[in-house]
Amino acid sequence: MAVYTIKKAEKAPLASKGVLLWLRVNLFSDVTNSLFTLLGCYFIYLIVPPLINWMIIDATWSGTKEEIINDGARWIFIFEKFDQFIYGFYPEALHWRPNLAALISIFFILSMNFISNLKIKIGLILVYPIISFVLISGGFGLEIIPTEKWGGLMLTILVAAVGIIVSFPIGIVLALGRQSKMPIVRTLCIAFIEFIRGVPLITILFMASVILPLFFHDGIEFDKLLRALIGITLFQAAYIAEVVRGGLQAIPRGQYEAADSLGLSYWQGMILIILPQALKISIPNLVGSFISLFKDTTLVLIIGLFDVLAMVSLTNSDTNWLGFEVEGYVFVTMIYWVFCFSMSQYSKSIERKYNTEH
Amino acid sequence: MKVNKIALLVGLTVLIPNLSFATTLEKVIKKDVLQCGVSTGIPGFSSTDSKGVWKGLDVDLCRSIAAAVLGDADKVKYIPLTAKERFTALQSGEIDVLARSSTWTASRDTSLGLNFAGVNYYDGQGFLVNKKLGITSAKELNGATFCIQAGTTTELNLTDYFKSTGMEYKAVTYDTSGQTIDGFKKGRCDAVTSDASQLYGLRIKMDDPESVMVLPEIISKEPLGPVVRQGDDGWFNIVRWTLFASLEAEELGVTSSNVQAMLKSKNPSVMRLLGTTGTAGENLGLKADWAYQVVKQVGNYQESFDKHVGQNSPLKIERGINKLWNKGGLMYPMPIR
Repeated sequence: MAVYTIKKAEKAPLASKGVLLWLRVNLFSDVTNSLFTLLGCYFIYLIVPPLINWMIIDATWSGTKEEIINDGARWIFIFEKFDQFIYGFYPEALHWRPNLAALISIFFILSMNFISNLKIKIGLILVYPIISFVLISGGFGLEIIPTEKWGGLMLTILVAAVGIIVSFPIGIVLALGRQSKMPIVRTLCIAFIEFIRGVPLITILFMASVILPLFFHDGIEFDKLLRALIGITLFQAAYIAEVVRGGLQAIPRGQYEAADSLGLSYWQGMILIILPQALKISIPNLVGSFISLFKDTTLVLIIGLFDVLAMVSLTNSDTNWLGFEVEGYVFVTMIYWVFCFSMSQYSKSIERKYNTEH
Repeated sequence: MKVNKIALLVGLTVLIPNLSFATTLEKVIKKDVLQCGVSTGIPGFSSTDSKGVWKGLDVDLCRSIAAAVLGDADKVKYIPLTAKERFTALQSGEIDVLARSSTWTASRDTSLGLNFAGVNYYDGQGFLVNKKLGITSAKELNGATFCIQAGTTTELNLTDYFKSTGMEYKAVTYDTSGQTIDGFKKGRCDAVTSDASQLYGLRIKMDDPESVMVLPEIISKEPLGPVVRQGDDGWFNIVRWTLFASLEAEELGVTSSNVQAMLKSKNPSVMRLLGTTGTAGENLGLKADWAYQVVKQVGNYQESFDKHVGQNSPLKIERGINKLWNKGGLMYPMPIR
């Protein structure tokens, strides 16, 4: 009679658990994959160590221009010109005003997550831009700072924020108009959207900065920044309209009919039933569109406004600081990345919050 | 219908320029600020320092005009303009004067409704070469390799120059000016060519500025000067004579530091310049001390030149053809009398 002895359980082979398993499954699952992994490692080896060397180890972090000896990044340039990169020509003594406006913005964005009362929310959305505007531009006892003094990151954020906040409602109205049953409204909306989408943003900005002033006679001055803002807002509105239309068309016909059969008016049906669903499914596209707007704002440099990118070339034309383009561009790249990445993360959190498909 | 007609009439009166005859001078005085069009950053000519203050040879011209007209060189609103929008900004009245390193050419002077009021810098295309070549003149450039930005007028001028002198060159072409300079930096070519005022800026950007040099030859004419709207001769005169005044001050040896003492000078030319005799200011529609204010607050041409582009600046541009006429240059201020 055979005796069965229970074998002791052996440990799993080293390669089928933990780090090694992960490596095998993800990086070395077959020959092609392994080759690509090795190739990737090689590229990382080529790029990362020199980059770290340049950016951190060999970099010059302090001292004066004359003391530079290393070959690495000369960050002292950024420190020297930091105020211009962030505030443009905004008077130094008044930097607290844009700072405060920025603080309020952060507070405003965060508060949107906690306040659930729609009326308070809408109230905040209406009041917040006014407070920020007064803080930055002046009035009500604050010294007035003309727009040609605005610049740098402050201008970038301002243009993007105005573009996003103002174009959003216009875009929704355009999207609804495009689907309207009233022929004139529909035609006008389609004409506007297709016209704007048919021309590049640069053309619109040039129109606003070069052609428009010729129509006004001397003496009537129409702020250059305002002209650019109007151009950018109209441009963005047309794109928002198309994104929202995509959302509207994705809502099943039954939802529209349900709204009708409940006896809701057009606006009631839209606001209470259709739009909340349509906007929810449009969030990824909307944020994508906002991120691309944030990056597009830099086009204002072609009409002589100094956004953060234009500041790189301006600060590099200072005869005492010639030849620091690379540091400037790397710095601005990091700024753009931080903002765009934050926006996309924020959008993900909103998507999760409004996700009702359990 | 009647209502429509009235509406139309009102609309037209609003839209059509109502040709208010306020001159540029009156407008500047009324606003108490000079709106001056500058560049979005040209080293030495118009740029900002670390405090965000505009500095440069062109900026000094804006300041001079403000000093002459308003008595205060700081009453200038700088409007940065790109090359594409500069003339429109002037035509539309957004700026009162354009001081943006603009080349005086026939087409610009005659077809844009603008007038060039003078020349504050005689620029021209020059060569930046590697000292390793061991040459000191452009005439020895035969067979040299050039880094060139494709499709620019500088490329045309270069071709013309080499054809007319019977020499040959090899070209390495690039798309942007940045790449062109990089090519030169990395030693892909022996020389680059650009406006002389730019070459000195490029030189500083080299890893070793001492390894390259600007050759003395200039192969094209690029007279840079202030521009005003056509049809306002009074304002044109003011801009032109402000420029002359700072040159005249240099010629007469009047500087910002000695101008106070010069008020007591018995030299008739100095007296007419500083307004102690004569009616130069009055004829321009300005105060008698207009030129005194220019020299006192901004300095004469030499002071501006040295400070922003010349020996006291990092650029160290040679004065060259921008010397006064009696020192072998082209700067010839018309006499104030």
